[in-house]
Amino acid sequence: MMELLTTLSTTVSTTLSTTMLLPLTFLLPLLGTLILAFSRGTLGYRSSALVGVGSIGLAALVTAVIALGFAADPAPQNMTLWTWISVGDFTPSMGLALDGLALTMLGVITGVGFFIHLFAAWYMRGEEGITRFYTYMNLFVFSMVLLVLGDNLLLLFLGWEGVGMCSYLLISYYYQNSANGWAGFKAFIITRIGDVFLAIGMFLLFSRLGTLDIAEILTLAPKAWQAGDTTVELAAFLLLGGALGKSAQLPLHTWLADAMAGPTPVSALIHAATMVTAGVYLIARMHGIFELAPVALYATGVIGALTLLMAGFAALAQTDIKRVLAYSTMSQIGYMFLALGVGAFDTAIFHLMTHAFFKALLFLSAGAVIVSCHHEQDMRRLGGLWRKLPLAYMGFVVGGAALAALPLVSAGFYSKDEILWQALAADQQGLLIAGLVGALLTSLYTLRLIIGTFHGVAQSDNARHAETGRGLAHGLPLLVLAVLSTFLGAWITPPLSGVLPPGPGEGVHAGHGALELMAAATALAGMALGVWLFGLKRSWLRPAKHGMGAGLWQLWHHAWGFDILYDWTLVRPYRGLVALLKSDVIEGFFRLLAKLVRLVHLGLSRTQTGRLRGYAATMVIGATLILLSLALMTQGT
Amino acid sequence: MILVWLIVIPFAGGLLCWQAERLGDRATRLIALATMLCELLIALWLWTQLDFQLPALDGSDTQWAIEYRLPWITRFGIDIHLALDGLSLVLIALTGFLGVLAVLCSWNEIVRRIGFFHLNLLWILGGVVGVFLAIDLFLFFFFWELMLVPMYFLIALWGHSGSQGSTRIGAATKFFIYTQASGLLMLVAILGLVFAHHANTGEYSFSYAVLKETTLSPTLAFWLMLGFFVAFAVKLPVIPLHGWLPNAHAQAPTAGSVDLAGILLKTAAYGMMRFALPLFPEASQAFAPVAMGLGLLGIFYGAVLACGQQDIKRFVAYTSIAHMGFVLIGIYAGTTLALQGVVVLMVAHAFSAAGLFILSGQLYERLHTRQISEMGGLWGRLGSLPGLYLFFIAASLGMPTTANFVGEFMVLFGTFAMAPWVVALASVGLVLAAVYSLLLMQRVHYGPPKDDTPLKGLDIREFCMLLSIVVLILWVGIYPQPLLDTTSSAMGNIHRLFDTPSPLLPEAR
Repeated sequence: MMELLTTLSTTVSTTLSTTMLLPLTFLLPLLGTLILAFSRGTLGYRSSALVGVGSIGLAALVTAVIALGFAADPAPQNMTLWTWISVGDFTPSMGLALDGLALTMLGVITGVGFFIHLFAAWYMRGEEGITRFYTYMNLFVFSMVLLVLGDNLLLLFLGWEGVGMCSYLLISYYYQNSANGWAGFKAFIITRIGDVFLAIGMFLLFSRLGTLDIAEILTLAPKAWQAGDTTVELAAFLLLGGALGKSAQLPLHTWLADAMAGPTPVSALIHAATMVTAGVYLIARMHGIFELAPVALYATGVIGALTLLMAGFAALAQTDIKRVLAYSTMSQIGYMFLALGVGAFDTAIFHLMTHAFFKALLFLSAGAVIVSCHHEQDMRRLGGLWRKLPLAYMGFVVGGAALAALPLVSAGFYSKDEILWQALAADQQGLLIAGLVGALLTSLYTLRLIIGTFHGVAQSDNARHAETGRGLAHGLPLLVLAVLSTFLGAWITPPLSGVLPPGPGEGVHAGHGALELMAAATALAGMALGVWLFGLKRSWLRPAKHGMGAGLWQLWHHAWGFDILYDWTLVRPYRGLVALLKSDVIEGFFRLLAKLVRLVHLGLSRTQTGRLRGYAATMVIGATLILLSLALMTQGT
Repeated sequence: MILVWLIVIPFAGGLLCWQAERLGDRATRLIALATMLCELLIALWLWTQLDFQLPALDGSDTQWAIEYRLPWITRFGIDIHLALDGLSLVLIALTGFLGVLAVLCSWNEIVRRIGFFHLNLLWILGGVVGVFLAIDLFLFFFFWELMLVPMYFLIALWGHSGSQGSTRIGAATKFFIYTQASGLLMLVAILGLVFAHHANTGEYSFSYAVLKETTLSPTLAFWLMLGFFVAFAVKLPVIPLHGWLPNAHAQAPTAGSVDLAGILLKTAAYGMMRFALPLFPEASQAFAPVAMGLGLLGIFYGAVLACGQQDIKRFVAYTSIAHMGFVLIGIYAGTTLALQGVVVLMVAHAFSAAGLFILSGQLYERLHTRQISEMGGLWGRLGSLPGLYLFFIAASLGMPTTANFVGEFMVLFGTFAMAPWVVALASVGLVLAAVYSLLLMQRVHYGPPKDDTPLKGLDIREFCMLLSIVVLILWVGIYPQPLLDTTSSAMGNIHRLFDTPSPLLPEAR
């Protein structure tokens, strides 16, 4: 059977050739976008969903065919559609490059993306503007696919900005509430700050290497620079800046928690599985630059470690289930950055993939809970749902197990363990300890989330009257993602050899077993502690009223107060500046000039009284003065 | 001779419209539309017919694709000398296109004195085409002044009263005084140049090619360059000479705003590239750091002020100042890439600003207010208008796949080798562009609706107008090559002026 499929696919892909198929992966979503956008409200719920889900489904099928072809012949493929801009040396093209890394990302985007689109058809039932929703979602997939397929930095940047725009549009999807609009605004502006660093990084690389083609940059860079050269460090730091914004890492992380204002499938697709991991992809893609820049690479790891701790603590003190998941996303991407920082690029991508599975599952399950409970998403008002929502409960348990890296059976265990092992192999004890502490925190907040939402007694009418979700669109995505979140998902090995350099732990085995035991013990200990604290002593689910507990709750609930810090150091000064300059101060000078002229005019026109006596007097005085001055002057000479 | 027709057609069409008012409104509008379509078609026809890839003969001489010369005042060496190269052709085609849009967008807006309105509208466009074609400095100055007068009437007679008690007459007067004063400076600079040439050779000439060869002392060259620069700086506008722009934009009728932002501002950039740089290359190079600094100031000042505006049209006006900052930086960076970027950015800004002004006009027709505070939550009430608004907002903040992105990034890429710090700071302007653009989106279209009654959606005319701009923005955004090929030799010539190594601006690669 499998053999037949492979032969079939090779025949298909040789006749059609991948070069024909590759553009379809983004053209199909684009087509979906265009159909939906130009329908001008003529499409109903069913046809909108059909177009929206169908286009991504077809793109996923195309990706599957490409993947099978790639499995038969794993050679990187390039195709140039046309030259975008050509002025002198500046010739970025509309060019696609497919290699193992791009294929892995493509699979995650279209595969996980398809199931999320499908789930959204259930989630968005009865909401107005479903056409608009799928327009943005398809546009997002289009941009994201271009981001990973682009063979040059400018095309990557096109996708990069495109996903940012779609993220903005989807966060502020429920536009009638201003707060949602502002959440989207915040997300766009903060990621754009990162984008500016990426842009400057592009300018720098182009001005020094004369090309934007990624493959060329990676071959030219080692010839142009020694390891640790200031220029290449600067370039790496600039690229890192771009990655920090997109991937919500310190210090540009504050937008992600607010981004939960969007519909839950959006959080699953954009703010968990794909867009927020674009920063990880960027660094992995540009690994040649980072390998030449040890300081920037180390900084990447440290930022990842700090973020995973910061977000881990913050996740402990949230009550909104989506915000818990948002902080856990930040924390997990922190792990990926940590892996990048120790030079284990392929491990970071592996964790990216498993994280996409289990975090999408968690978000979709959260979506199921939210819709079933009549849009209630506060843990304090949920509880006792595990009987009523078995499928969502299953999703949370399987996804939570993967998130907390339950040994052996979950996908997350294999990828996270690999990260910790690479940190140890790279001799980065500090990062390793941060990773272990993070693992403990992850277990704690995951247990708190599951117990708070599904166990105990229902805390509100919304939870008491929860309606079980039904239908294929609801069940299938949850089941498939649940399967992928177990050890079965970890069996998928991304075809990264040859694209990314081997990590420091490659081929080394000493101490691996001990570390595995330690990681497993940490995760299990965290879970046991979680069960004890939240399951048995349920008072720990509630925030402390006073004392140190209350202080910590406040601190962590507001994620260490970064929002307040930025509000005082950036937002308020800027608004002050706007208020100060509002009346166009510079132009005020010219207005003053006009006023002066008018004043002189008023003064002089007073003298035009029309009375002869006055004129005569003025004339006499004037004549006298002139004569007097003349006389004085002649005397002087 | 075709060049003369390009100028005569709008003027003649204007007169015809004036008289056609007796035949009825519809006839007047149709004549105006036909005139501008004719202009546009001639420009497009020329595009297909002429070859703009001609290499310059010896690297200094400008090669015109087509030229027309008729002696005018021989005593002073003044000719009616018109010439066309890729740059002027692109801008003339742009003028034709925006002219069509300007006529179309006043279809329902203007109801009083229609004949005279279209006379003024078409004469502005005629004057602009003259500016783009004239290469005799006297003739250039003539057209430069000529386009101001009808603009004055357009604002003064058909404008809106603004907030803060400012009247349309006030706005028109301010516009006139600013541009007149700067025009006078340019006249002085032109005469200074002519007299300097006379002192050298004993002959009077206003010819571009002749005056370009004039040898000047560095001090004199600097002052004359400054005269040209200030004249163009007022029009671009460059901070601090921008005072006329917000009022004129806000209070002009939609067609006036479209023309102002779309074309009149571009005459300034054109003037810098055509005259200020080639006539005084060394002085301009020495001045480049200052000009770039002013460009940066414009980017920041325009962006910050845009955030504080309450009137949607004033808002767009300030964003124009910010965008023109990039143009100024690109012009004075002088690399081919940056200059080509300037061309794309000029075209892109013309499209996006025109789109935003047209949409603002349509909002005004429906809501009878331009106050942002009285809007909010309009997304669900206006059919497809907000979607298009969103597109133009995205264009104005430089989203990739739009022409604005290509323009801005070419300018930044091209300038980086010359002045990395300027580029780094200008890039911060990209964040501010996002701030003000999304702020507008948030305040106008998001939030709770003020009222639930649906408003009239776009009709066919409005939709087609906007759609045509959308298509053009996307086309230039993903395949700008036809545009770039057209202007490559013209921009290459300007770049060569900067090519001489100078201690101030070392050529990097």
